[in-house]
Amino acid sequence: MQEYTLKVNGKTQNVKVDSDTPLLWVLRDELNLVGTKYGCGIAQCGACTVHLNGKAVRSCILPVEAVKDKAITTIEGLSDDATHPVQAAWIEKDVPQCGYCQSGQIMTAAAFLSENKQPTNEEIKGAMHGNICRCGTYNNINEAVKAAAEKMN
Amino acid sequence: MKTIDQNINRRSFFKKTTFASTGLVLGFNWFAFAGLSKVTTNSLNNELHQFNAFLKISTDGIVTIMSPNPEIGQNVKTSMPMIVAEELEVDWKMVRVEQAPLSNDFDRQVAGGSQSIRKGWDILRNAGATAKQMLVNAAAQQWKINAEDCTILKGIVSNSQGEKLSYGALAAVAATLDVPENVELKDSSKFTIIGSDKGNVDIKKIVTGKPLYGIDTKKDGMLYATALRPPAFGQTLQSFDDTATKAVNGVKDVIQFGDKIAILATSTWAAIKGQRALKAVWNKAENAESTNSQNEAMTALFDAAPKETARKDGDVEQAFKTADEVVERLYEAPFLPHNCLEPMNFFADVKGDSAELYGPIQTPKWTQERVAEKLALPIENVTVGMSRMGGGFGRRLYGDFALEAAEISQLAKAPVQLTFTREDDMTAGIYRPASKYIIKAAIKDGNITAYHLKEVAVNSNMFGLIPHFFPAGAIDNYQVDFHLLESNITTGAWRAPYTNFLASAEQSFFDELAERLNIDTVQLRLNLLEKAKPVAEKDKEIEYSPERMQAVIRLVAEKANWGNTEDGIFEGFSAYYSHNTHVAEIAHIKMVDNTPLVVKVFCAVDCGIVVNPLAAHNQVKGGVIDGIGHAMYGDLNFDKGKPSASNFHQFRLIRNLEAPEVEVFFVKSDVSPTGLGEPSLPPAGGAIVNAIYKATGKRLYIQPYTKQLEKVG
Repeated sequence: MQEYTLKVNGKTQNVKVDSDTPLLWVLRDELNLVGTKYGCGIAQCGACTVHLNGKAVRSCILPVEAVKDKAITTIEGLSDDATHPVQAAWIEKDVPQCGYCQSGQIMTAAAFLSENKQPTNEEIKGAMHGNICRCGTYNNINEAVKAAAEKMN
Repeated sequence: MKTIDQNINRRSFFKKTTFASTGLVLGFNWFAFAGLSKVTTNSLNNELHQFNAFLKISTDGIVTIMSPNPEIGQNVKTSMPMIVAEELEVDWKMVRVEQAPLSNDFDRQVAGGSQSIRKGWDILRNAGATAKQMLVNAAAQQWKINAEDCTILKGIVSNSQGEKLSYGALAAVAATLDVPENVELKDSSKFTIIGSDKGNVDIKKIVTGKPLYGIDTKKDGMLYATALRPPAFGQTLQSFDDTATKAVNGVKDVIQFGDKIAILATSTWAAIKGQRALKAVWNKAENAESTNSQNEAMTALFDAAPKETARKDGDVEQAFKTADEVVERLYEAPFLPHNCLEPMNFFADVKGDSAELYGPIQTPKWTQERVAEKLALPIENVTVGMSRMGGGFGRRLYGDFALEAAEISQLAKAPVQLTFTREDDMTAGIYRPASKYIIKAAIKDGNITAYHLKEVAVNSNMFGLIPHFFPAGAIDNYQVDFHLLESNITTGAWRAPYTNFLASAEQSFFDELAERLNIDTVQLRLNLLEKAKPVAEKDKEIEYSPERMQAVIRLVAEKANWGNTEDGIFEGFSAYYSHNTHVAEIAHIKMVDNTPLVVKVFCAVDCGIVVNPLAAHNQVKGGVIDGIGHAMYGDLNFDKGKPSASNFHQFRLIRNLEAPEVEVFFVKSDVSPTGLGEPSLPPAGGAIVNAIYKATGKRLYIQPYTKQLEKVG
C-alpha cells in the first residue's frame, strides 16, 4: 500500500491504498464520499462520473496513481446544499426515479455546461449519451440540462 | 363525503400511545437501524417500540409520515405520504417523510406489481382521516363544542368564534383520546395535495450524493464482501485455491458457502481483486443449456398437449374449420437480466441469536422469514431495514443476495456488506424467462371469429388474470394455452412479467389483422372493444374496462393526430391494459441510415386519480423508454449454461440519443388510483414494431428488433 495526497472537493486528503485502486473506491470506501456510484466498473454506464481538473471522467477505471496533484470534484463538492445550477435544475424538473445514476448524470452535465454555455437539444442528448439511466428518465434529464444552461447564463 | 368502514387493517392506526408528551403518535416502531436511516430520535424511549403505523405529530406541528412500502424509484415514498397528508388536512410543507420499518402493523410492505398505491389507497386515507378526527375531537373538547362545529384547514382547527388551535398544540391531548370507529373521507373534488405536483421527498439527498442506497451502508467493524459463484448454470464447486486471494492487501478471509466462495476484505476494491485472484475449479455443468437447443425444445412444445388451458370461450376448433382465412404467427423473446443500476447488495450482521439486515429489497417481509429460516433464528430476532433502491424491476423481489449476506456474516462472524460486481449481477441469474407465443386467428366474412394464443415460457407461465386480458371478451371463440419448458437457468419477475413481451406480440398481431381486414388499426381495436362491452360486464375475470380502454385509445389518437404524419415519419399504434391501468401509445419513428429511430411517443393513460402528476409523468415516460430499449436491444443468450453478456459492453441498454420524447396524457378521473410502475411498458414494443413495419414494410416477430431487422435485411 502507498500513501497518496489527494485534492478532493477543495480539501487535501491522505489515503493509504494500493496504487491500482480506482478513484471510485478511494472516494467511496476510504473518504466516505458515497455519492459517486458504482455501476459497471468498466466506464460504460457513467454512474461514477467525477471531475478531474474540471473535466468529466469515469472514476471506476481511473487508478489513484493517475489522479494525484489533480483537482477532484465529486457530487458532494458540486455544492452541499443543492445550489449548483445543475443540481437546482434537477430539483426543479424532478428528474430522478430511483436516483442511483443521477449523481453521474449531474457531473456529466455540469462539466458539459462549463464548456458549452448554449447547447442545442441534440448537443445535450449527445453529451448525456454516455450515462445510462435504467429507469429511462432521459426526457427529464435533457430538460434539466437545458434549464441549468439557462440558469448559468 | 363518504364514510367507509374501518375494518381494513385496523391494527395499523388504531393503536395509540399514552406518551402524550411526545405528541400524537399513532403507532410507532422505532427500529434498530435508526443510525443508518437518520431518523429523528427525539425524546422517544424504547417503550414505544410496541406501537406501529403511519404518522406522528410533534408539538411544534411537524407531521412525520412513515412511508410503509419499499422505494424502488416508483416514488411511493412521496405519493403514499401525500395520501395520508391529504386526509389529515395538513400543509404539505409541514410534512416530513421517513421510511417505515418492516412491521406487522403494515399490510403488504412490498414493491411489486404496481400495487402500492392501489392497495394502500384506503388504508393511507384512513390513517390520515383518523388522526384528523382525533385532533378535531381534542379541539372540540377544549372548546366544549361538538366536533362537527369545528372547521379544519392546513393543520389549524377553528370554531365559529374564530378561535384557532394548531395540530401541534392539540397533538398531546389528541393522543390520549379514543380512536374513532368510523371517519369521513374527503370527496375527491376537495383534494388539494392529491393531484398536485409534489417533488420527490429524497431529491435533495439524491442530487447532493448523500448515503441513501444499500450499497452506501457502512458500520463499524464491517467487512466488504464479494462472492464467486458458479460461472454456468448447472455447475458446482469442486475445489479452489485462495493463495493469490489471500495475498491481496486488505483481504481478511475467504469462506466457502455451498457452491460459492465469499471474499471478505477491508474495502470493496480489495474484495473485487480477491475475487478475481481466486482460482476455482468447477465441475462440468449438469444439464448445461444453450439457447439454440432451448429454442428448438420450446418450439417443439407447441405441438404437444398444453400443460393448461387458461381460458376457453365458444368453439374455437369449429371457428377455425369454417374460417375464410387463418392467420398464424410465431413471436419470440429472449431472456433478460434486470440490470438495476445499483448492483445487488445487502448488509448483514448476524450475531449468536440475532440478525440485523439492511438494504435494497422489494420484499422485506418475505426476506425476513427466509433469513430466519435459513439461520434457524426466531423471526422476531431478525430485522430487515429498507434502504432506497437503485432500481428493482423485479430483481429485488428475490432476496437471494440478502440471504447470501446473512450466511456470509454468520460464517465470518462479522458485519458484512455484500456487493455484486456488475458481472456478478448480470450472470448470477433470475432473468426474465425467454418466451414464445403462437397466435392464431380465424377470419370469416371480414370478422375475427376465433383467437388462439399459445404460450411457451421457461420455468413459469403467465399468471393471474393475464389470460383474461384483451381480446378476451371481444372475440367469441377464444382460447389461451400454456406450455412450459423447465430449465436450470433461474428466472423471475421482470417489470410487467409476461405482458412485457406478450403485449408486443399481440399488438403487432392485431396490426397485421387490421391490414388483412383492410380496416384502420385503431378502429379495429375500438370495434373489438365495443363488442367486448356486454361480455366484460358479466365476466368477473375480465377486469379491463372496454370503455376506459376506448377512451385512452381515442385520446392518444387525437393527441398524436393519428393518420396524419409528416413526410419521413412513420406511426405505430398499440394499446394494452395491465396492472389495473389502461394505456394506449402511438410511436413516431424515422429511418436514420436504414435504422429505425423512435423520435416521439404519445401515451394516454387511465390510472384513475393521478396522485402526483409530476411523478406520474416521469413513471410513464420511463416505462415507455425502458420498453422501447429492451424491445430494440435486450438480448441474453446461453452457451452451455453460461450467459452471453456480463456487462454493459455486451448488453445494450437504451441511451439518451435513442430515447424518444414521450408526451403523456392522463384521463381525468375520480376513480380510485391504480399503479404506474409497469403499465406503460408493455404497449411500447407493439407501438414501435408497428411503426417499423410502416417504415420498412417488414414485420418483425423476434426481439430484440434491431437484431432481427439486420437479419431480415
